[in-house]
Amino acid sequence: MPLLEVKNLQVSVEEREILHGLSLAVNEGEVHAIMGPNGSGKSTLSHVIAGKPGYEVTAGEILFRGENLLEMPPDERAAKGVFLAFQYPVEIPGVATMTFLRTALNAQRKARGEGEFSTPDFLKKVREVARRLNIPQDMLRRGVNVGFSGGEKKRNEILQMALFEPSLCILDEMDSGLDIDALRIAADGVNALRSPKRAMVVITHYQRLLNYIVPDFVHVMSKGRVVKSGDKQLALELEAGGYAQFEDAA
Amino acid sequence: MNLALAKTDTARALGNIFATARERLPGAGAVAEMRQRAFEAFERTGLPHRRIEEWKYTDLRALMREVLPLAAAPDADALERAGAALASLATADAQLLVLVDGAFAPTLSHLAGLEAGVQVRALREALEDKGNQASADLLNNGATAGPMISLNAAMATDGVLVTIAEDAAPAKPLHVVHVATCSSAAIYTRSVLTVGKGARVTLLESFIAVGGARSYQANDTVTVRLGEAAELEQVRLMVDAPDAINMSTAIFTIGAKARLNTFNMTSGGGVSRYQGYLTFAGEGADVRANGVNLLNGRQHADTTLFLDHAVPNCTSREIFRSVVDDRAHSVFQGRIMVRPDAQKTDAKMMTRALLLSDEAEADNKPELEIFADDVTCGHGATTGALDESLLFYLRARGLSEKEAQALLIQAFVGEAIESIADDAVRELAISTAQRWLAARG
Repeated sequence: MPLLEVKNLQVSVEEREILHGLSLAVNEGEVHAIMGPNGSGKSTLSHVIAGKPGYEVTAGEILFRGENLLEMPPDERAAKGVFLAFQYPVEIPGVATMTFLRTALNAQRKARGEGEFSTPDFLKKVREVARRLNIPQDMLRRGVNVGFSGGEKKRNEILQMALFEPSLCILDEMDSGLDIDALRIAADGVNALRSPKRAMVVITHYQRLLNYIVPDFVHVMSKGRVVKSGDKQLALELEAGGYAQFEDAA
Repeated sequence: MNLALAKTDTARALGNIFATARERLPGAGAVAEMRQRAFEAFERTGLPHRRIEEWKYTDLRALMREVLPLAAAPDADALERAGAALASLATADAQLLVLVDGAFAPTLSHLAGLEAGVQVRALREALEDKGNQASADLLNNGATAGPMISLNAAMATDGVLVTIAEDAAPAKPLHVVHVATCSSAAIYTRSVLTVGKGARVTLLESFIAVGGARSYQANDTVTVRLGEAAELEQVRLMVDAPDAINMSTAIFTIGAKARLNTFNMTSGGGVSRYQGYLTFAGEGADVRANGVNLLNGRQHADTTLFLDHAVPNCTSREIFRSVVDDRAHSVFQGRIMVRPDAQKTDAKMMTRALLLSDEAEADNKPELEIFADDVTCGHGATTGALDESLLFYLRARGLSEKEAQALLIQAFVGEAIESIADDAVRELAISTAQRWLAARG
């Protein structure tokens, strides 16, 4: 059974159909890249998998380990192991990063019937991951993402990925707003989390990110559908020929 | 027609209650005369109603309806129940001064271990002390006028008179706890705090009820005088019974170079109003006046602050946050007066309301009256709902809807609560807010 199975997904926002029957299967241990031009529905797909309100699923289904994901509230999906790294992580003034991380981690553990992390274990774990991602301690004391640079916000997303240990990571435009150094740090963080038990879906505009996070499969999205799938060579073809060559197929 | 009739009935009922209570009210001679005058002042307006501008949003003729007889003095059983209720406030090491149903309770208070420079006396004892003019002055509201304050002066049965000597700095906060054990009765308390020149103190005031205390009416007035360069942190936590009425007043006179950090949080009670009158009496003083309303069900809570910049070179900052759920109603009225002489005044006020339901209501009324020309004054007011994008972010990280809301609500009120400097007192305020959040389910 695939870890994630999207079948003939049709999604509308305010009566306008964005996804017109999208299908995708992701197995444990695989890294899939989803590429496509602006407006092709890439971010919609990531939002619907995570459970963001405001999208109407008119047909199709999303199964996660065979369970109907669409019936679960977002927090239940998170506890089951679905993680969305946001394209634009929000700033939450007044909520200290450490408080947020601990509340979220313990909420997920509680939902899975696991015991809460002890404070020393939690702190040790956060510090260790933060060091690896080059996240300074003072960032952890500030409000969630408040005053963080674009790179810091993305690293904070990867920090959460490392802490929560999800089995499916969806990275929505992780490279947007990052310079090359910030991108490398973020990509190294992601690569460190690759494992045979964990799948990743990397959503991106540009092939550049895929030089750092090398995918097993590449899918091209256009106008709300996957129009072509292949291996990492497909990304290079895209880079050379652009998206236009696939648009007719949509 | 109905309104006029109700007014007459209420006034008559109150008149009877005062006549009946007189026998039991402490103080004779000048004290009794002062009470009579105060009651007459109250009778001239009666219960305030919506056509009086300051009471526009808190129409007591509609919200209070009846005036209740004076609560009986607490018996041994009431004192025991009050003592048990104090456990919910167990903060690290505060000096407890306990008032039960409007009577000072020495057996529940920590009178033995008072720190150096701290003096405490019961109001009743002072009022009964010869009934002279000095005693009568304890019931004097000075320039501060208002029907509920006048009623308080007429009816006050007891309270605490606290004096902090010059340069004294007691380490422990003083904690005045108002415990209600009675039902369908009225409690009138009145206290005075005098902080001497250069002294530093933290005053915590809590309003709580034992289980089973219902439909009581509390009316408290505290008069605070801050000497030159004195420092006071005053924190009020109003956690009354859900159907109780609480009308509280604090009157501050702030000396030169004094620092006042005052905070009020209302999370209990059915109908309440906290009115603070803060007057700068000397230059170079600084006031932080912050507050939080946490309301649900059909609660009505009004915080009305009047900052009187009567002298030059003083600073004031006000931060107010209200969180309103269900059909509750929050009111914040912030009036800042900058008198003609009060040049170089620096006054800022920010009030924000968070509405958690479609039927919740928040009224924010900032009023700036500026008669000096070299001042910095500003205010802001916002009303809104929880940010959906923040809620989704938190839920995508595993927090349930209620957990996500709770975290954002805590953040929303955090700026006001974090202003409390005393660690133990701040923790108590935070845990009080958390109890309110937990009760939302």
